[in-house]
Amino acid sequence: MADKIMRVEHVSKRFDGLLAVDDVSLDFASGSITALIGPNGAGKTTLFAIVSGFLRPNGGRVLYRGGDITGQPSHRLARMGIARTFQIVQPFADLSVHENIAIGAHLSRPARAAALAAAAEVAGLVGLGDLLERRAASLTVSGGKRLELARALAITPTLLLLDEVLAGLNPSEIRDMLPVIRAIRDRGVTIVMIEHVMQAVMSLADTVHVLAEGRLIAEGPPLSIAGNSRVIEAYLGRGAAGRLAAVGGGNG
Amino acid sequence: MTARLLLPLLLVVVALALVPAVVTSNVALNFMVTVLLIALVGQGWNVLGGYGGQYSFGHSAFFGTGAYVTAILQVRYGVNAWLGFALGIATGALVGAAIGAVSFRSGLRGSYFALVTLAFAEVLRILASVTPITGAGVGTLIKLDLRPEALQFQSRVPFYWIILALVAISLIVARVIEASRFGAWLVAVRENESAARALGVNATLMKVSAMTISAAITAAAGCFYAQYFLFVDSGIAFGPWISVEALLAPIIGGIGTVFGPLLGALVVKMLGELAKLVAGDAPGLDLVIYGCVLILVVAFAPRGVGGVFHEFYNFVSRAWTPAPTPMRRRDG
Repeated sequence: MADKIMRVEHVSKRFDGLLAVDDVSLDFASGSITALIGPNGAGKTTLFAIVSGFLRPNGGRVLYRGGDITGQPSHRLARMGIARTFQIVQPFADLSVHENIAIGAHLSRPARAAALAAAAEVAGLVGLGDLLERRAASLTVSGGKRLELARALAITPTLLLLDEVLAGLNPSEIRDMLPVIRAIRDRGVTIVMIEHVMQAVMSLADTVHVLAEGRLIAEGPPLSIAGNSRVIEAYLGRGAAGRLAAVGGGNG
Repeated sequence: MTARLLLPLLLVVVALALVPAVVTSNVALNFMVTVLLIALVGQGWNVLGGYGGQYSFGHSAFFGTGAYVTAILQVRYGVNAWLGFALGIATGALVGAAIGAVSFRSGLRGSYFALVTLAFAEVLRILASVTPITGAGVGTLIKLDLRPEALQFQSRVPFYWIILALVAISLIVARVIEASRFGAWLVAVRENESAARALGVNATLMKVSAMTISAAITAAAGCFYAQYFLFVDSGIAFGPWISVEALLAPIIGGIGTVFGPLLGALVVKMLGELAKLVAGDAPGLDLVIYGCVLILVVAFAPRGVGGVFHEFYNFVSRAWTPAPTPMRRRDG
């Protein structure tokens, strides 16, 4: 295996009575696309919030490029090259698309003109090149998702955490986004994506981790996950895998 | 920072500089000094409230600090007035940084932040009304000493130059903030703090810095006030009146814009004078009018009087353009 850009070791997070993330250990290989899937409430977004510095875990630690980053604030992690998008888009609503992306570009470019130039370039990359002067609040769902992606890219991340960037898009919009994500990986950015769109997971991911009720229940290449009985049961209920197999057997 | 950005600013300052050449009446000049004083206080509030989105109800804390430090240093320690002025600004900035650090580090936002700033100002007002060093209930009177070295002048004109210079500096500060990375990040924090943090913006640092600059500008107005009227007491220095005017001017003129506070101060003070003309000296009438104007602006012109002008200008220029040109809009 290639070297690991990030390791999550025995991380747990408790919200009052709810154990949202329960002793999860996993790692992300440099230059790969990893998908994080699981039913609603499995703890995927909580795990993202922990590794991007928005939440402090109750136990365990997070290593990034070999260093312990557990509990570091998000802005410091961003400076270290960890970028994230939000499941519910969080635009700077009153600013233009151009200005939105420039906020990220400013991280490595103090001059306004340089940041705006870099922002225009990133906008082209995600297909927002023609909407630079649009107010962010007026974007469509798909435009908003692209803006999330563009802003995160503008900080020139090493590790990009995408929280459901395809949710809410129609099939043709999804088809347009897949090559964009692949192109980002090809530029050397490691990508971890939370995704419910299985078509995207199957075609993009090198490795899939499955979370259910806060625990990691399976990991491996996409095809092996699709046939994993524990994964099927997590989504469809206890005994579902057996019943499916029986139905399949009866038909065959 | 290009000349194109600074030119409108220069024009406005030059136009204001011509006022004493035209206006000779002391009453009118006094009126203009008051307008510029509120414009300065308002610009201070605008840096934090307009660009940073953190609404303070207690900017009198900084105004009063400036006023008292200037007065006390002169009266009790014999410090030169000019030096006292500078130290007043510096102390105001320190108070701003301290209150900002305490409030923002503990995560106070929105109305909680507003209430805490109000509380700080009230605490300072009460302290100033009982401690001997501020002259307690009597206040502090600066001795009349009409020499430029003592920052006192026979005529009002030099005072007008000084307050105009301070306003000019505050306009430049606002413009520089707008055109800088600091300003972009500050606005990002205003628009969406979580998103800003995810993009590497240290939100707390941005807010505390903005509050420090904001407090310094407002404290400068306080220093000027003490020097102009030669008297400070706790109600003037830390009273709610100045906190109200500080937020009224930018909100009415155009929040988060360079010229908003100046425009708003002009509108507010003219309405105040108008009210006095119409109704004589009915106490509190100006406040009633301010309240009504504030409601109207918030309800119908959220970008303030400046925003209304801007839209009117756009409307007129569109009406004058013969045919729509297929060019992309390229203004900033």
